[in-house]
Amino acid sequence: MNQKPEKLIDKKGLRLDGRKADELRPIKIEVGVLSNADGSVYIEQGKNKILAAVFGPREMHPKHMALADRTVLKCRYHMAPFSVQERKSPAPSRREIELSKVIRESLEPSIFLEYYPRTGIDVFIEVLQADGGTRCASITAAALALADAGIPMRDLVVACAAGKVEDSVVLDLMDTEDKVGKADVPVALMPNLNAITLLQMDGVLTVDEFESAVNLAIDGCKKIYTMQKEALRNKYTEAKEVEE
Amino acid sequence: MPTFFEMRQLVTPGDLIAEGEYVAGENTYAENGKIYASRTGLVEYDNKTVNIVALRSFYIPRVGDIVIGTIIEVGFNGWTVDISSPYLALLRASDVLSRPFKPQKDELSQVLDMGDLVVAKVVSYDRTHDPQLTVGEPGLGKITRGEIIKIIPTKIPRVIGRKGSMISMIKQETNCQIILGLNGVILITGKDIEDEQLALMAIRRIDQESHTSGLTDRVTQMLKEEKAKREETKNESET
Repeated sequence: MNQKPEKLIDKKGLRLDGRKADELRPIKIEVGVLSNADGSVYIEQGKNKILAAVFGPREMHPKHMALADRTVLKCRYHMAPFSVQERKSPAPSRREIELSKVIRESLEPSIFLEYYPRTGIDVFIEVLQADGGTRCASITAAALALADAGIPMRDLVVACAAGKVEDSVVLDLMDTEDKVGKADVPVALMPNLNAITLLQMDGVLTVDEFESAVNLAIDGCKKIYTMQKEALRNKYTEAKEVEE
Repeated sequence: MPTFFEMRQLVTPGDLIAEGEYVAGENTYAENGKIYASRTGLVEYDNKTVNIVALRSFYIPRVGDIVIGTIIEVGFNGWTVDISSPYLALLRASDVLSRPFKPQKDELSQVLDMGDLVVAKVVSYDRTHDPQLTVGEPGLGKITRGEIIKIIPTKIPRVIGRKGSMISMIKQETNCQIILGLNGVILITGKDIEDEQLALMAIRRIDQESHTSGLTDRVTQMLKEEKAKREETKNESET
C-alpha cells in the first residue's frame, strides 16, 4: 500500500480507482447525525469519513475574546489517531492548526457574523478516516452543519480539489494521487454568489494548467453543491413523507 | 420580476428566491436587486415581501417578549437566567423583591435558587447589552408546578395557530393552562398529570409536523382519540 504505483493513469486514461479525469469520488452526506450538537453533518467522500459539529451562536468563552460588533467563529479541524495508516498523535499538529485556520477563513464570508455580536460559534471537524482532500470535504460538511444549526448564511460553501497527476489535470485527488502527483489546487466556492472563498496551490503548474485546474474544481464544486442541498432537504422531506 | 419558488416550498441558504420589485423579509437578504434565502425554511410571500419560516433557528430577545428561563447563577444583586438564546439574561434582585434590596439582609438564593424556572418579560435588550428581565407583572414569576417542553422558537406561531385557533383548542381539549415563552419554552399546568401529558403530546406533534398543512384538524382528532382511549381503559378497570 505504501509502495509508489508505477502508473497513476493507465492507457485508457483511467485513474488508480478507475475514475475518469473529471470524475468525483462517490459522496454520501447525512445531516443532523448528532443530537448534542446544534448542527451536524457526516460526510463520506471516497474513503474519507468526516464528522462536523456546530455549536452556537452562544455566549463566548473566554469572555474577553468576544467582539463587540460580530460573532467570533472558531474552528477545530482534528484527525483521529486511527484516521491514517500510521497512528497520528492526537495532539493538534502544525498542519491541523493551519487547516483549522484555512477552513475558518473559507467559511467566514458565508455567515452573517454581524447579526449576533458578543457571541461565538464553534465548529468541530473530526476526521475519522483520511484519504486525501480532507480539507475540502471538511469545508463542505462544516458549511452544511452551520446551515443545519440554523445560522443565517449567504450561501452554502462547497469545496473540491483539482490537481495534476502525471501530465493531465484531474478532479478530486485521492491520497496517493496527492502525494505522488505534481500539484493540488483546493477551491472553496459559494456557487449561487459565484464567489471563491478558498484557493490554494501546492506543487508546480503552468498558467494554463492552473486555469483549467481551477475551472475543473469549480465544476466539481457545483456537482457537490447539488448533493449538499439535497442532503439538507432530505432531513425535512423525509419527515414529511412519513406522516403522509 | 419573477419568483423562483412557490408559496411554502422548501429552500436552503443561498437559494435565489425572487428578483426585481420584491422586499427581503425574515431570513432572507437582498443583493443587487436579487433576494436570497439565508436559512433553511419555507417561502412565504406577503404582498411584495418575501419571508422564510425557518425550520431551525434560535431565540433573539425582543423587548416585551414573555420568556421562560432557568436560573443558572445567583449573583450579588441578581440572577443570571438561561433563556435558551445566544445571550444570557439578567434578573435584578430589586425587581423580584419589589422593595429596595439590602445585601446584608436578603439571601438571594432563598428567593430564587439555581435550577428554578421563571416566567419573565424582557424589559431591555440591544446589540450592546444582554437582555434584562422583569417578573413584576401579573402572571410572571417563579414556576412551582407543571410540565416544561422546549421547541424551536420559530414554531411558536404554529402552536398558537391562526388567530389562536390551535392553542385555544388544546387548552379546551385538555383543560390545561399553557404559557408560551417566545424563546420556545412552553409551560403546561393542568389538574392532573394525565391532562398535562395529553397537552404535551399535542405540542410534540406540532413540533414534528410544523411544516405540514391541516395540522389543527389532525391534532384535534388525535386528542379526541386519545381521550376516548383513556376513557375506555378507565371503564375497563372499573368493571
